[in-house]
Amino acid sequence: MGFEELPHTADCALRVWAPSLGSLFVEAALGLNSVAGAEIGSGARVTRRISLHGADSESLLVAFLTELIYFQEQEDLGFDQFGIEISNQHLSGTLEGARLLSLSKPVKAATFHNLMIRQTKRGQETEVVFDV
Amino acid sequence: MRIDDLIQISDYEWEIPRRHRPDMRVPVRLFASRQILDQIMDDRSLEQAVNATTLPGVVGSVVVMPDMHQGYGFPIGGVAATECPHGVISPGAIGYDINCGVRLLASSLELAQGQGKLDALADRIDAYCPSGVGKSGALSVTAAELDRLLRDGAAWALKHGYATESDLERTEDGGQLEGAMPDRVSERAKTRGRPQVGSLGAGNHFLEVDVVEEIFDEQKASSYGLQAGCLAIQIHCGSRGLGHQVCTDYVQQFQGAAKKYAIQLPDRELVCAPMDSPEGQAYFGAMRAAANFAFVNRQILAHFARRAFEDTYKSETTRWHLSQVYDVAHNMGKLEQHMVDGQAMRVCVHRKGATRAFGPDSPGLPSCFQKTGQPVLVPGSMGTASWVLAGSTESMLRSLGSTCHGAGRVWSRSKAKKEIRGDTLRRELEARGISIRAGSMSGLAEEAPAAYKDVDVVVDTVVRVGIAVKVARLRPVAVIKG
Repeated sequence: MGFEELPHTADCALRVWAPSLGSLFVEAALGLNSVAGAEIGSGARVTRRISLHGADSESLLVAFLTELIYFQEQEDLGFDQFGIEISNQHLSGTLEGARLLSLSKPVKAATFHNLMIRQTKRGQETEVVFDV
Repeated sequence: MRIDDLIQISDYEWEIPRRHRPDMRVPVRLFASRQILDQIMDDRSLEQAVNATTLPGVVGSVVVMPDMHQGYGFPIGGVAATECPHGVISPGAIGYDINCGVRLLASSLELAQGQGKLDALADRIDAYCPSGVGKSGALSVTAAELDRLLRDGAAWALKHGYATESDLERTEDGGQLEGAMPDRVSERAKTRGRPQVGSLGAGNHFLEVDVVEEIFDEQKASSYGLQAGCLAIQIHCGSRGLGHQVCTDYVQQFQGAAKKYAIQLPDRELVCAPMDSPEGQAYFGAMRAAANFAFVNRQILAHFARRAFEDTYKSETTRWHLSQVYDVAHNMGKLEQHMVDGQAMRVCVHRKGATRAFGPDSPGLPSCFQKTGQPVLVPGSMGTASWVLAGSTESMLRSLGSTCHGAGRVWSRSKAKKEIRGDTLRRELEARGISIRAGSMSGLAEEAPAAYKDVDVVVDTVVRVGIAVKVARLRPVAVIKG
């Protein structure tokens, strides 16, 4: 599982892959942290519960990443542990992280551009483009 | 896409014909020199322009400017018009930073007189105008006040003492889009926006002190308030987290709308709904509210930039006043009247990384610009020239009353950071007499001039094509970035 940056002229694009849909979402979240230059502190750990719905898996992934962008921007929180379950286009679970020490490149949004979750040799795979 | 897929109309005009792909509803018309075309063939901007031609109700041509580059769905530098009332409106064709735009303020203070205090001016602007990651705005507003701000735009700023009547007259649409619907803006968007009123943000947003280096049209420059050798201030920013969330919300919601209205698109980021549908009207109302937020944002920053100018120079001169030249949007959706294929038509013009460029005698322009056409503000990349152009009659005929918006990127951000060191760049710019205040060296590297096209070439292209006229060239002397 993992993610890698893809060339993009003005924004940031990642390719993300993982054995399962849930772990794909986690890798995408870690990719978002990387794109945003999120440095999560070692202070008191914080948890947040989330419950999201999407019309399909791609919509759900955008909703999930959007939630993380919100926490980065509004609450100065970064998450690196994820206990999430996905079923019938619904995601619920717990995010665990801490206050951000720094965020070098705030992400404006996760987009639907080229977003197509598909089965490949590496498991579940997709590209995600972020507006930065 | 290959060069062979394009039909060359003239040295600076090309077309991708409808026959290029079966789902194209209209052709693509692009304005570019061969040099610029060679630069952009490596990215996907032309493919994205072709995708934009599939929007239901699109008319005329999808127009692409010479500062074009790959976006995330709709190309940056792209303009597309959809026919009212049943054509679609597409949030992705306007962008996440709704009403990202530029404001220019001009003084009669000559560089020679102000030079000695430019560092102090840059320090004050940096202190008075919040910029950078996570920074709160200059103002604190209640939820109720935010709704009024979203509805009234720059009129709100006037009422609260942050603007003059002249500022509003010299702002696109008077700084207030009618029909804004704050109740169509989500609570999440308002939560993001409320602490950010009067903030610059980061990335490619900036405040810049310039000198008017060269004037090309004395009459227009005089009408605009520009004087050769005098200082000016540019502000480039948009609707911050509020606008980003509005676009995010509606791109998500429109995924369902596209299915409901049986709209098939080659890219999900282009999702749309008919303008006269409940979904389309809701987005329109929210978009206008976000646009009003951006007008207020730039107005507040202008207010504090003016204060910085006054505090820096008032002890030694009376020439510290900054008058507004204009404020333009380059990510916007507007209802306008245009001639399309020989017919007068009411259309929704989507501009993403493109600037309105209405020529003389255009409806909607204030009386002060009726003879000259509106000012068009084209910031270059950091450390390079910026331009003040004038809209032209030709732009109304050939480019949906639009022209370029900047230099246009050619390098990815990661390439820029690999090739350029921010601290080295800073030293080079300062050696050229440009004071730099930047929150992040890595952010500075991403915005290096080498990462962009040559803005002089971009401007020469739009001028040669006739969709704008040169008025003045500005040179930076101080740059403030988040």
